[in-house]
Formats: sequence, C-alpha cells, structure tokens
Amino acid sequence: MLDTDNFTTPDGRTIGGTVLDLRNITLRFGGVEAIKDISFDIREGEIRAIIGPNGAGKSSMLNVISGFYVPQEGEVWFRGEKRPPMKPYAVAQQGVARTFQNIALFEGMSVLDNVMCGRLGHMKTGLFAQALWWGKAQAEEVENRAAVERIIDFLEIQAIRKTPVGRLPYGLKKRVELARALAAEPSLLLLDEPMAGMNVEEKEDMSRFILDVNDEFGTTIALIEHDMGVVMDLSDRVVVMDYGRKIGDGTPDEVRGNQAVIDAYLGVAHD
Amino acid sequence: MTELATIPAFLDRNAAEFGASAAYREKEFGIWQQWTWAEAKAEIEEMARGLILLGLEIGEHVAIIGRNRPQLYMSMVAVQCAGGIPVPLYQDAVGEEIAYVLGNCAAKFVIAGDQEQVDKVIEVRDRIEGLRHVVYLDGRGLRKYDHSEMSSMADLRTTEAESDRAEMDRRRAQQTGATTCVMLYTSGTTGKPKGVVLSHDNIVATSIASSNFDGLRQTDEVLAYLPMAWVGDFIFSIGQAMVTGFTVNCPESADTIMHDLREIGPTYYFAPPRVFEGQLTNVMIRMEDASRLKKRMFDHFMAHAKTIGPKLLDGEPVGAMDRLKYRLGELLVFGPLKNTLGLSRVRVGYTAGEAIGPELFDFYRSIGINLKQLYGQTEASVFITQQKDNEVRSDTVGTPTPGVELRIDESGEVFYRSPGTFVEYYNNPESTASTKDPEGWVATGDAGFIEDATGHLRIIDRAKDVGKMASGALFAPKFVENKLKFFPDIYEAVVFGNTRDRCVAFVNIDLTAVGNWAERNNIAYASYQELAQHPRVIETITDHVNTVNRSVAEDEMLSGCQIHRFLVLHKQLDADDDEMTRTQKVRRRIIEEKYADLIDGLYGDAEEVYTETDVTYEDGRKGKIRATVKMCDAEVVAVETKTLEAAE
Repeated sequence: MLDTDNFTTPDGRTIGGTVLDLRNITLRFGGVEAIKDISFDIREGEIRAIIGPNGAGKSSMLNVISGFYVPQEGEVWFRGEKRPPMKPYAVAQQGVARTFQNIALFEGMSVLDNVMCGRLGHMKTGLFAQALWWGKAQAEEVENRAAVERIIDFLEIQAIRKTPVGRLPYGLKKRVELARALAAEPSLLLLDEPMAGMNVEEKEDMSRFILDVNDEFGTTIALIEHDMGVVMDLSDRVVVMDYGRKIGDGTPDEVRGNQAVIDAYLGVAHD
Repeated sequence: MTELATIPAFLDRNAAEFGASAAYREKEFGIWQQWTWAEAKAEIEEMARGLILLGLEIGEHVAIIGRNRPQLYMSMVAVQCAGGIPVPLYQDAVGEEIAYVLGNCAAKFVIAGDQEQVDKVIEVRDRIEGLRHVVYLDGRGLRKYDHSEMSSMADLRTTEAESDRAEMDRRRAQQTGATTCVMLYTSGTTGKPKGVVLSHDNIVATSIASSNFDGLRQTDEVLAYLPMAWVGDFIFSIGQAMVTGFTVNCPESADTIMHDLREIGPTYYFAPPRVFEGQLTNVMIRMEDASRLKKRMFDHFMAHAKTIGPKLLDGEPVGAMDRLKYRLGELLVFGPLKNTLGLSRVRVGYTAGEAIGPELFDFYRSIGINLKQLYGQTEASVFITQQKDNEVRSDTVGTPTPGVELRIDESGEVFYRSPGTFVEYYNNPESTASTKDPEGWVATGDAGFIEDATGHLRIIDRAKDVGKMASGALFAPKFVENKLKFFPDIYEAVVFGNTRDRCVAFVNIDLTAVGNWAERNNIAYASYQELAQHPRVIETITDHVNTVNRSVAEDEMLSGCQIHRFLVLHKQLDADDDEMTRTQKVRRRIIEEKYADLIDGLYGDAEEVYTETDVTYEDGRKGKIRATVKMCDAEVVAVETKTLEAAE
C-alpha cells in the first residue's frame, strides 16, 4: 500500500510518495457511523479533493486527519509512521495546517495579527521576552513578520493588512484564513470548503491561489469542495464519499465516469 | 542641462550627481524599498544588456505591460539604452486590445508584470508575427509555463559579458534627440488606437520647460499610480523625473493607493478629476458618519475656507481676522483633512484629462492645496497650456506652456505648435497628415477660445461633440455632464440632444456613495442593477437633475441643454465594454449605438424600457444582463433660448 513511486501529472508536475495514509478508518458518534471503513492516501505535492453530498462525512474525515477526532477503528500513517492518537496542536507541529468551513478567525484582531498567529509554531522565545520585545524575541518577530508579509503579498491582501477581520467581507475572510494556515508553512494543508458561499470571481481567485500555493511552495493540499467544476479543474485525485462510505477514488476523469458517483450526486430512481 | 539630449543621458547625469538619493521607491512586503539613482542605473544597464543578448535590435519595439512598478519604469529606460523603443500598454487592456497594439507596432519582446499579463500575451501570441520573447517580473504561478520563449527579469539581468556593455555603449552613442524615445497609443474616443511616436527631443524639451514652469526640484516626490501607457505618467514618472531627478514612488497594490499616498505625502501630485471626485466623495461620506460636533466644525470652517482659501493661495489681500480664523481652521479641520487625503505636502498639484467641476476644484483650493489645471494631449507630449500659480481658475486651462504657440481656427477648434509636437503616427501617414500640417500645427479636436483679457485658453468641449439642437441652440454635452457629475451620487453622465429638440441623459450612480447612503437608510439591494433602479435612488437623482437644470438655465448660451428626461443606467459604463476609453472618457458614439433602445425610450413616451446589454467580464468572457429601466421626467426651467449666432 505504501507506494513510493513518483508519477507525473498531465500538466507536468511530479507527484511524490505517500504523505498520509488512512487505513480502514471508522468513526462513530454514539450509534451514528460518520465514517465507515475508509482507506485512501495523500501523496506528496498533489491536490487531493474529498467530495460528496451533504452529510457524507467529509468534514469528519478532515477532522480525523487534523487530529481533532480520533477514529474508533483504523490507522493513520503519516510520513511512513503510524500516528498515535494525538492532540490537534501536536498534529499541527508535524506540519499540518487547516482552514475551517465556517471561518474561525479572531474577529477583533487585525489581518496581520491573525496571520501572525499562524507563525506561533515558529516562535521559540517565551511570553515575557516577547512582551518586553527583548533579546532574541525582537529578531524573531522581525523574521516572522517578514514571512507573514510574503504571504500577505502572495495572497494580495496588502490593502487590508491592518483592518480588523470582523469588518471584512466573507470572501476576504476566507483568504485571511488561508493566509493564517500558510503562515505555519505546512507541508500538508487541509482546506474545508475554501470556496463555499463565494461568487464566480472570488472562486476563480481562490482557485488561482490554491494552485499557486501548491506550485510555489510545493504544499500538499487536501480540500473539501462542493463546486464540481472547481474540484475537477483543481485536483489531481478525488475521493468521493456518500453516507460515510468511499464510493469512488481516482483522477477527476475516472471519478466523473463512475456510476456510483453519478448516482450519489444525481440521485437514483427508486422503483 | 540642455546639452543632454536623451533620457539615458539624463540617467547618467542623475547617477553621477545625485547617485545616493532615491530614484524609485516601492512598497513591498509592507516596507518602502528604495533604489538610488546609482542603483537604478546599474539595474537598468543590466536589463539593457540582457535585452541585447536576447537579440533586441536597434529600432525594435518592446511592449511593457503591468502595474506601476520601479522595475517596469527602469525596463522602459533599459529598452532605450538597448536601442529599442518602449511601448507601454494599459494593464487592464483585454486580449484583443493587446493583440491590436502588439501587431500594429510589431513588438519583438514583451515585458510583463505578472502572470495575469503573461496569460493575456500568450492568449494572443499566435497572431503576433515576430514576437520572440516574454520577460516577466513576478514569477508567481509561472513555474509550469513553457520557458523556451520566456524568462524572468532576474534571469535577464544575469549577463556578465563585457561585450554586451560595449554593444550597449555603441548603440547609445548613436542616439540623438531625434531618436524615438517612446511610442504611446492614444486611447481614441473614436476608432482604433494610433501609435504616437515621440522623440527624445519632444520628451526632454517639454519636461524641462514644464519642470521650470513649476519650479520642480530634485527633492520632490511623486506617486506613480496612473496607467503607465498614459502620456502623462510617462512625462511625470520618466520625463520630468529624469530631467529633475526627483523620486518616483510606486504603490504597493492598486487597492492601497490612498494609503500609500498618505505615507509618501507627495509634493508634486497629479490626478484626473475623477480621483479628486472620489476622494471628496469619501470625505463627505465619512463626514456623514462623524459626530455632530465634528460635522458642525467641518461645515463652519469649510464655509470660511470657500471664501478665504483661494484668495490666500493666489496671494490676494485678506483681512487679519479672516486670516486668523483660516489658520484656526487649518489647525482643526483643513490640516488633518489634507493629511488624511495624503495631500499635506503638495506644492504643485495638477488635474487634467477632463473639465473639473468648479465646486470640486474650489474645494481643494479652499483647503490650501495648490491645485491647478493643465491642458494637453499625447500628441503634444502632454503640455499645451498650464495655469500659473497666481492665475488659477476652474473654468480655464491656463496660458500656453513656454515654447507652445496657440491658434484658434474659424470653426473654433484649438491648434498648437510646440517642441513637444509628436513626430508622427506610427505607420499611418494619412492620419499624421490630417492631424499635423506641414508647418507643424496640430489640431486638438477640442473647441475653445482664448480670453482676450487674460490670454487664458477656455475649452468648451470636444469639437465634434459640440453641436446644435433642432432649435439652433448650442449643444455642449460636457457642460451639463460635469454639473451632474459633481454630485457624489453620480459617477458618470451622458447627455444626448444633438440635432434633437430637447436633451435627455443617462446617469450612472456612484456605487460607493449611493451604497453608503442605502446602508444608512436601511435600503436593501442585491446588485448594482437593483440599487440603480430603486425608487428612492431615482427620486434623489431626479432632484439632482432638477438642480442642474436650474443652473444650466442661468447660462444664456447653453440654457437649451436642460435635461427633459433621463434614466439611471442598469450597469456601470466600462472600458471593457468599449463604452469608455482606458482613461475613463465616455465614448458617445458607441454608447449611442449600444443603448439606442433606451434613447428611443427617452425620446418617446414609454414609462420603462426592457433592455438586454452585452457585458464583458474582467477575464474577457462575454455575458448579457437584462433589465427594465425606468424613464424619468425632470423639471425644466422655461427660458428663451438663444441661437448659435449668439455664440462665438
């Protein structure tokens, strides 16, 4: 199962070996089985989409990857090692960052401060040194600010750098959340419906950013998305879920032709 | 100073004389990054040698497209150093427009700012014969592109070979004042754009004359934020900057301009009326939100400033009490206001491109900003007339810039002859001949007259737009449109009435101002279209139109131009749809054709008209919007109209 063969995508990118391998994951909430015996992998450098109708268990899946939920059955293998149940912050320290379906930013803080929060894992000096702007803390802050500014530039949010997040429109908040996730310099980025509620133009912008992140930083991306057009254009491989089960897995073309997927999305006549 | 004939020669002088002072600044990563003149020269020469190495030959055109960035300005000078001719393009131009210009000038190279611009070039590349290579600044998103005929600016600059330097020096030695300095495409309110060839003589002479006119200094600061393809930006950010050696500051992004303006505090500032209008609209909107005390203070001191401010600027005698009160106002209101606008340090401010509403103009002058008007065009290397410091008025465009001769012909059209007069339209001898006569006089296409008493030039309108109404009364649409546009709610207006018995108008609402008003009044709307047709918006606009009609009625020559019926357009007039030029001037003919059904509706007695309009989205895709537009009646003041015989 641990396939380390590199392969090349039609557009010329090289996809490396397996980064994350999910083996026979089952997640229950009481008597409800949110995820039923699902296995799939995410490879280095790819954009992996998880799609499925509402309630299919997509967000739960993402929460399993980020360590927020611990599955009752199955194993999570990260970079060739079996991952014991761990807290989300420990997962984050391993280089996994995420955004949330319903934006989870600090509304009262500026964009800059929100994105700076993403650098937390890269700061080593203590609370007092930072509060007093003393010694190494100063150099560290400058260094981290530079990293944040590069991301602000990358996502073209210079104009709102000092704006409190609460005052921003939805589309921009989504972008700020992406910025914060990127600030952690993750090797695996999890995006939970990055384009929900956006208009066509905002979706195009966001797609461009996601591709650019993958391209520029070589970040592996796993995303949940409802917009089929976007998913098919963006992703290298797609996992399709329905009622907690995996009903399809493959390239966008393969998935598109899969009867089970078509049925799940368009519905089947019951007769 | 005069022995230097070319822009590269001025670059050498600047690097030698003010080598350590700032030539360019750009805000990037939240910090102002700086290039000194010495650094700029080094970088420009590296670019030039890179271009030569890529195979740029003398006299070949290099297109430059992107937002205002120091490296793009430097690349224009680099092209000159390498013997080529820079052709800046409008960064928001869509594929077709770019294809036309690239094809017309047979560009061999394109220097593009970022992926967006590179994509547009690639899209039309197959159609451009001879286009050899694309150089880009910002490589983001371009990693996967085929780099066989593309490279980054950083790669371009890595040349070390001394042989290129010798070749560059050889090419530069051949350049004289007669060498082409730049080719700029006119935005063209009618027809396809034409390439205006300007020589180093043109640019250097006008830059020196105009810099001396306003006493520009090496220590001045400008903010370069207007399209690089526009002649004004070329003169300010390259011509005058090179000749006087002042600093050109580039904003961080298009959205941060106002913020960057405040940080830089330019001493020499240019903005088209639209920008000043936008700034004033913002001020007024924010004053609405201010506390009662602040609002009363603002109203009180602004009223005082309106009477005293302009006099103080013009050096006229003002009473001691008035002076004191103005100073108090400066402390409490004008100073902070100017600071917020980023105009605290402006010593010389200009507006041009379109007539500016007198109230708008007076507002800025009354708070102590030395805002003046100039009149110019691409074919003149900008300057035809300018206002002297103590002779500033909103209704004239000033006296001829030193070196410029003016003439008004029998039909009322303005002609000029100057050292800045363009060489020719590229590959278009017919147009050149019809615009510039053998003695060098150029037709401006504007109707105007010179005031006997002051020698100031007054522009009435585009010569071809000025017409007669069926009654014989003079029809000058711009006059009425400007009055309408002074209302913050109105973004654009187009008045029709040539050869007709009465005038009608299209009005575009200003989304910022009206949107803010709607929010304040709990008016919900889902789209521009819905807001534009909201009964209360229409009510407000009707009031504005009625006010304008009363004011127009007072002008004895133009009282026939009162608006009888009007409508609020369901979409914003846009350059992407060809309805405006890239410099934001309305294209009447196109609007008239495109919205013929609406105009018929206004002249008929329909209450509302259903219409479908083609629109072009930012990425070039086409779409259609459908709307039912309400036709509105305005109150007209009865006056006896005088006929054209009474006019000039």
